[in-house]
Amino acid sequence: MSSPFEWLIFLPFAGGVITFLLPGKSRPWLALLLTVGTFAAAWWLASDVWREGPQGYALGGWEAPLGINLYADGLSALLLLTTSAVMTLASFYSLGYFSREAEASSWTEARAFVPLWLFLLGSLNALFVSRDLFNLYVALELLTIAGVALVALAGGATALRAGMRYLLAAFLASLLYLMGVALLYGEFGVLDLALIAEAAEGGTRAPVIALAFVFLGLGIKAALFPFHAWLPHAHASAPAPVSAVLSALVVKAAFYVILRLWVDVFADSVTAPAAQAAGALGAAGILWGSFQALREQRLKLVVAHSTVAQVGYLFLLFPLLTGVGEGAWRFDAWAGGVYHMMSHAFAKGALFLAAGTILYAYGNDQISAMRGLTRTLPITTVSFGIAGIALVGLPPSGSFIAKWMLLTATIESAQWWWAVVIGAGTLLSGAYVYRLVSAAFTPDTLPESIRPVPRVMEYASLILALTSLGLGLRAAEPFDLLEVGAPFSMIVAGVGT
Amino acid sequence: MIETGGWLPVSILATSGLVGIVIFFLDEPRHRTRNFLNIFAALAKIVLVAIAIGGYVEGEEYEARFAFVLEFDLLLRVDAVSLLFAGLSSVLWLLTTIYAIGYLEDSPHRSRFFGFFSICVTATMGIAFAGNLITFVLFYELLTIATYPLVVHRGSEEALAAGRTYLIYTLGGGTALLVGVVWLHTIAGPIEFGPGGVLEQAASGNSWELRVIFAVLIGSLGVKAALVPLHGWLPVAMVAPAPVSALLHAVAVVKAGAFGIVRVVHYVYGSDFADSLNLLLPLAIIASITIVFGSLRALAQDDIKRRLAFSTVSQLSYITLGVAIVGPIAAVGALVHLVHQGVMKVTLFFCAGNLAETLGIHNVSELDGVARRMPVTMTAFTIGGLGMIGLPPIAGFISKWHLGLGAMEADFAWVIVILATSSLLNAAYFFPPIYAAWFKTPQVEYPPAPGRLETSWMLLVPAAATALMSFLAGALAGVPYSPLDIAELVAEVVYPP
Amino acid sequence: MSTFELYAALAAVLFAVGLYGFFVRQELVRKVVGLNIIGAAVFLLLIAIAYRNRGDFADPVPHAMVLTGIVVAVSATALALALARRIEDETGTRRLPEDEESS
Repeated sequence: MSSPFEWLIFLPFAGGVITFLLPGKSRPWLALLLTVGTFAAAWWLASDVWREGPQGYALGGWEAPLGINLYADGLSALLLLTTSAVMTLASFYSLGYFSREAEASSWTEARAFVPLWLFLLGSLNALFVSRDLFNLYVALELLTIAGVALVALAGGATALRAGMRYLLAAFLASLLYLMGVALLYGEFGVLDLALIAEAAEGGTRAPVIALAFVFLGLGIKAALFPFHAWLPHAHASAPAPVSAVLSALVVKAAFYVILRLWVDVFADSVTAPAAQAAGALGAAGILWGSFQALREQRLKLVVAHSTVAQVGYLFLLFPLLTGVGEGAWRFDAWAGGVYHMMSHAFAKGALFLAAGTILYAYGNDQISAMRGLTRTLPITTVSFGIAGIALVGLPPSGSFIAKWMLLTATIESAQWWWAVVIGAGTLLSGAYVYRLVSAAFTPDTLPESIRPVPRVMEYASLILALTSLGLGLRAAEPFDLLEVGAPFSMIVAGVGT
Repeated sequence: MIETGGWLPVSILATSGLVGIVIFFLDEPRHRTRNFLNIFAALAKIVLVAIAIGGYVEGEEYEARFAFVLEFDLLLRVDAVSLLFAGLSSVLWLLTTIYAIGYLEDSPHRSRFFGFFSICVTATMGIAFAGNLITFVLFYELLTIATYPLVVHRGSEEALAAGRTYLIYTLGGGTALLVGVVWLHTIAGPIEFGPGGVLEQAASGNSWELRVIFAVLIGSLGVKAALVPLHGWLPVAMVAPAPVSALLHAVAVVKAGAFGIVRVVHYVYGSDFADSLNLLLPLAIIASITIVFGSLRALAQDDIKRRLAFSTVSQLSYITLGVAIVGPIAAVGALVHLVHQGVMKVTLFFCAGNLAETLGIHNVSELDGVARRMPVTMTAFTIGGLGMIGLPPIAGFISKWHLGLGAMEADFAWVIVILATSSLLNAAYFFPPIYAAWFKTPQVEYPPAPGRLETSWMLLVPAAATALMSFLAGALAGVPYSPLDIAELVAEVVYPP
Repeated sequence: MSTFELYAALAAVLFAVGLYGFFVRQELVRKVVGLNIIGAAVFLLLIAIAYRNRGDFADPVPHAMVLTGIVVAVSATALALALARRIEDETGTRRLPEDEESS
């Protein structure tokens, strides 16, 4: 196997099958090894992209339209790196999380966890390198099945119901998407994204109804307001590493598909009103998710609702791509959105892991029970604080840069009303992060006993949080990588300074 | 990248930044290590700042530039006004650290406290040396984040409420600042601070937009600079421990706001250009209102720290007022007051802390005859108070003298009326406590001094030192390297003769 | 009405029936059946498209899609049914509570 593409897909899927056959004890360690290996493969692919430009790969040597083409540009490479980095750290975390000797039920949990976990990783990788509509469907569906099973893993009525709601919504969404794909195939006669983009540029318009199906289906999976209802309980009921990965990566995967199709393939077919509508739904998601996060009493539900809000930001980039005239702001909007995806992935991963640690130690995750956290779990408090900073978008976090770029785009494209939304969202997220932090600083009434927490859990969330901060301190390289094969240019000739 | 001279500003930041991080990870009982690290870093910082001052006067240039994102750099640069601020902060950091070690003896969470304390100073240094707006914003927000845990350090209901108020104000201001800075960048490109302003060449065509942006910038900086009506958080934040109040009021937070106003007016817009846009007269009026309002409110406060807080509101606006008056003499008044107000106010807060810590005195009405029990503290308090009133030869006189002269020079005769009114009011709220302390008979029997000194030397020495500095800064204002000398250096750069 | 149009119309009807079942029925198994009817509608449409695109033989790509789609749908259905059974075991009902969970 001479290509990083093969490793990216083969390692996790083969690992999923093998760990399923292996005895339970060796599973977590093998999973860890394979996620690290996948990270190495992602790094390999990213460095190829960095040096040589976008990479293509024809599976089994068959070219499109008959064969399956894999493809990676800067965007794919960055998301692959994010995925394997978050999952590696979450795997470390799960070593501690599932090692509670006392409870037999959690042991079976842990046994089923590993193969599903690797399938999830494989599906994410496959999704980010897929280059045709139907492969994307398969990857999305694998992702759903692995994700639902992982949510339901915790057992108990709440988790099962949450998993069921998630499955029903995602299953429906997949079928809507597939309906759209069928209609698009009827129109274009091909599935390969590049070929469709060519045809669309050549004057063939994608039927509105087909795009409506596709984006509706993907919008449900990305938890775009008002299709978000399935998300909070699914993400809050899952075991901690699963919550982290669902919020950090799986939701983003659906958004990634929207971004690809909207910008790279159907840029000429989507209209300005549609873009404004997408932005409006995103804005509604920001407000709604934030208000819910302010009302919830359980820590994990707060964090989950904040995912609804943060996904809303991503949809703001679509209206910002419109506007009169040439300008570098299109890159700002697009790259700002992508950077927000990444920064949020690390921050939200850290937050869910930290929340899981608190739940593990205290036995419940009521916010009122978090009192005295600074004394009992100082490292977790620090990661909580840092991830909170990134969530609000304060410097020096990656989200700050993302917000900076989105704000620049709002002003340069003369759509100031989105700047108001971004500002309001910042203050609202500040408010719900404040609730959590101030609870942690309240010193009195420590719980009588807390369960000792394996160090690896605390440090995994800390490293994730620090990474989201690091993205704000060192943004030049990620942006250079992102520009490889990007649909927009950083600098538009004749404009700007 | 970092030129050879660039290491200086970087290491000035690093002394406190690294120590802050190390302290977070120190175990709570390791007081000696922590104290040693704190004092050592503070001394090292003073030495480094002194080297920078010496080198700068000799004509050396120190600049560190890092690629940040897109066309933006992080830029740390030593210039005259940054040295003024950095010199003040580094000296007061040392004294406040000593004071805090004494003040917090035997209280919990000292690692956390000193960790954030150091981060706070790092942010302040970053603000001082920031060479462009984006770097400024970065450290400005970091300061908000780092001071919040200090304000709520005690964790009481009252402290948490004050912390909430503080965050609402500063996060709101921070968001507005971000919008203003991004907006300015979209018009004028990346903005590096330049003496005399840089906008006249870059963006003179958009006068209305520039006016609105100016209002947004000053409005958001005015939160920390406590301009009426944005001052509400400052008196509330009094619940913080005394060293924090001292730091907030004299060095870090409020000065960051005032310093930002100096940067925006003199180094971004340029005072002549700002004046040609008719922006400075409104600013001068707002500053004057704040001066009078703060003094009036201070009169009515019985709580010593609240009285000092309103006095800060008032005194700070002398800086803003001096900035708003065109002309080198007023600029000197503003800049020198930046230092003088810091030294005098920190003295007063140290004294208030000593009274509270030693005798449990919190109110002006309890001060009768206290000078007999604590002569050194009350001498320091008297020097600070008289300096605030503007009595020669204490530092405050130098500031007011220059402000008055500058106002005359710019034909702002009404400013003299404001200054006179304010001085009378200052006298009205500082004379009664001073008189009561020295000349009234004690109402209660004070507990005897624990040792030879009236209170712990770690509380006494910093107060005496800053009182002495307030006196010397005024009496020896003509000496080279005095605050006045450096302020005049700045004025020469900003208003080339 | 051409053969393709006939089948496409039938697919539309099936799709509507499935959607109705999914949203109106409260029992989980019925919801899953509704989803499967939607799936059948999509597959029918794909086969109709394969027929329309025929040259010497029907377009093979939609066939491959349908085959894969069936496999995926069966897996998802199996998971859904297993979940429904576990929910019934745990709560005694094969329905989800109407309101957002408060427990």
